[in-house]
Amino acid sequence: MSQATQQPAEAVSPYLPRAAKIVEAKDFTEQEKYFRFEFEDGQGIEYLPGQFMEVSVFGIGEAPISICSSGGKRDDLEMCIRSAGDVTNALHELNVGDTVGLRGPMGNGLDMDAMEGMDLLFVAGGLGLAPCRSFILTALENREKFGRVTILYGSRTPKDLLYAYDLDAWRDRDDCEFLVTVDRGDDDWTGNTGVITTLFRKIDRPDAANTAAFIIGPPVMFKFTVLEALAMGLRKNNIYCSLERRMKCGLGKCGHCQIRNVYVCQDGPIFSYAEVMRLREGI
Amino acid sequence: MLPQILPKDKLADFARFLMGEYRLAAPVAKGHQFAFEFIETPEDVGRIRMDYDITILPPKKFLHPMYEELLRFGGRDPATGEAPIQAEPTVILGAHPYDLHAIATTDAAMRAEPADPYYATKRDATLLIGINIRGYVNDEQFMADMRTTEPPEGGWDLFMTDLGDRYYVEVGSDAGSKLHQAAGMFTQAAGDDHKAKQAFDNEKASNLPKRLPYDTRYLPELMSESYDSLLWDAVARRCFSCGTCTNVCPTCYCFDVQDKLNLDAASGVRRRQWDSCQLHTFAEVAGGENFREHRSSRLRHRMFRKGKFIYEQTGKPGCVGCGRCSVHCVADISILEAYQQIADEAAVSAMEIAAAREESQ
Repeated sequence: MSQATQQPAEAVSPYLPRAAKIVEAKDFTEQEKYFRFEFEDGQGIEYLPGQFMEVSVFGIGEAPISICSSGGKRDDLEMCIRSAGDVTNALHELNVGDTVGLRGPMGNGLDMDAMEGMDLLFVAGGLGLAPCRSFILTALENREKFGRVTILYGSRTPKDLLYAYDLDAWRDRDDCEFLVTVDRGDDDWTGNTGVITTLFRKIDRPDAANTAAFIIGPPVMFKFTVLEALAMGLRKNNIYCSLERRMKCGLGKCGHCQIRNVYVCQDGPIFSYAEVMRLREGI
Repeated sequence: MLPQILPKDKLADFARFLMGEYRLAAPVAKGHQFAFEFIETPEDVGRIRMDYDITILPPKKFLHPMYEELLRFGGRDPATGEAPIQAEPTVILGAHPYDLHAIATTDAAMRAEPADPYYATKRDATLLIGINIRGYVNDEQFMADMRTTEPPEGGWDLFMTDLGDRYYVEVGSDAGSKLHQAAGMFTQAAGDDHKAKQAFDNEKASNLPKRLPYDTRYLPELMSESYDSLLWDAVARRCFSCGTCTNVCPTCYCFDVQDKLNLDAASGVRRRQWDSCQLHTFAEVAGGENFREHRSSRLRHRMFRKGKFIYEQTGKPGCVGCGRCSVHCVADISILEAYQQIADEAAVSAMEIAAAREESQ
């Protein structure tokens, strides 16, 4: 009965997380906290912008979180985590020196070398700046490979702005255009006020056929910003969205992240608008 | 590997032989229905009912249990995690052809890269012995349409057909061949046995008429055409989103993952448990956005998984036509009826409408 023998114990579980230490942590807002992790095994990690990790706290659970640092092979990785549930609330209690479990990288991500020579338009809404930042930093670290770089960022209020030091750096650079808006300003706010689509009116018309757009934000933002991108003449294949779904297992099995026949955790979360359009239930 | 004969009065001996080597699961009566249960005692052997009509739950519960440990941990420290991947050698005796097909479907889904080692390890340690059906046992079945009245091409070990005083036993694998040889109570089938099997098959075929008005090779495409149909809203008016259909479905394998703490409030297990795409929170993300908020979108998603998506992903049937979801539905929703109703959903172009109107005037 050769088939029915006890399986050797070396079958490796894809659910087993790697231990990672928090080497940097800071509160961005009341809800959002920034973390930098290093793996305890010293093996580092290689990932593409747009990929995500399953972050694990034993006893509480796991949550899928986008990587916000630039892509490539590296020793550490960064995330910006909003406290929105049991796992993320538990993560907010942690500080430098604490360890978490990490599984990944997961999802498709996007190799930005494929966009070499193109102009890049980044459109980030709210916490969407976190995954978008991975693309932005990767592009700026390889600045010579790309043409015009434009970054549009929308936030609810000035208090909700994330990555203040990055925003200042992008504003100071003369090789990229950076525009930010808030839905509601406060007494100190002198910048743009209005939803993110209003920023599209303030940038020069892009070289439509040669521009790749990265649109990442809350679900409600996609329809309006994709519309703006299409109205500027961008091609459906060059408009990329990162879709948020409940990626529980990250392995294309548990079913929670399905959009029709697509498992977002495997086939996404990065989709071109041409793909999203065919999914019907995408945005 | 030629068919074998097992005299019916030797079935109990065969079961006892299997119990000596394996954990044995077989159909037994449960109230006025049937269920696969472990056969553990000599009394249990007498309870085996190879003549059952259909079980409440399919045999998926042995390969993808309702609750399954993924990890054990000693505390918050991720270094304390370990993965208990193991399986006991098991025989599932008495699976009907449609359930063998369903296992082939979940095999393909769970073994697709990245493969699930928990399922794969259990499956590798499991032998499948099927039993033939004689026909439909309720009005909700449509195995003939789904081509699941005979065992699938592979993936099973022995397949029995009840010929009255004896079982005609087809051999599907080397493991199956070794199994009947080791049992030592089988003889090779002879001319009369083959003839009796053919007579059984002829009668069986007459008891399994097709129940859909189209060939199911067109089902995925008809599903596509029906995407915007009001049908899903209409059927969903009756749906309670209770998830019974997905629990009893032999090809549903979606799950949730949760941590359970021990009494020390530190160590515990990370386990998965069956989940249902019909439940309201299934596609909800942190922050409250729900991507299938409406009952009809959840019901449509399930109907599409069964009739189209799983088949397109695995090449195996997403619905095997067993009728369990419909029989157990508290709202009397019938997947057979839904698939009958989409028969005429094919989109018609404006030109075709104009032409048809002109003709009728």
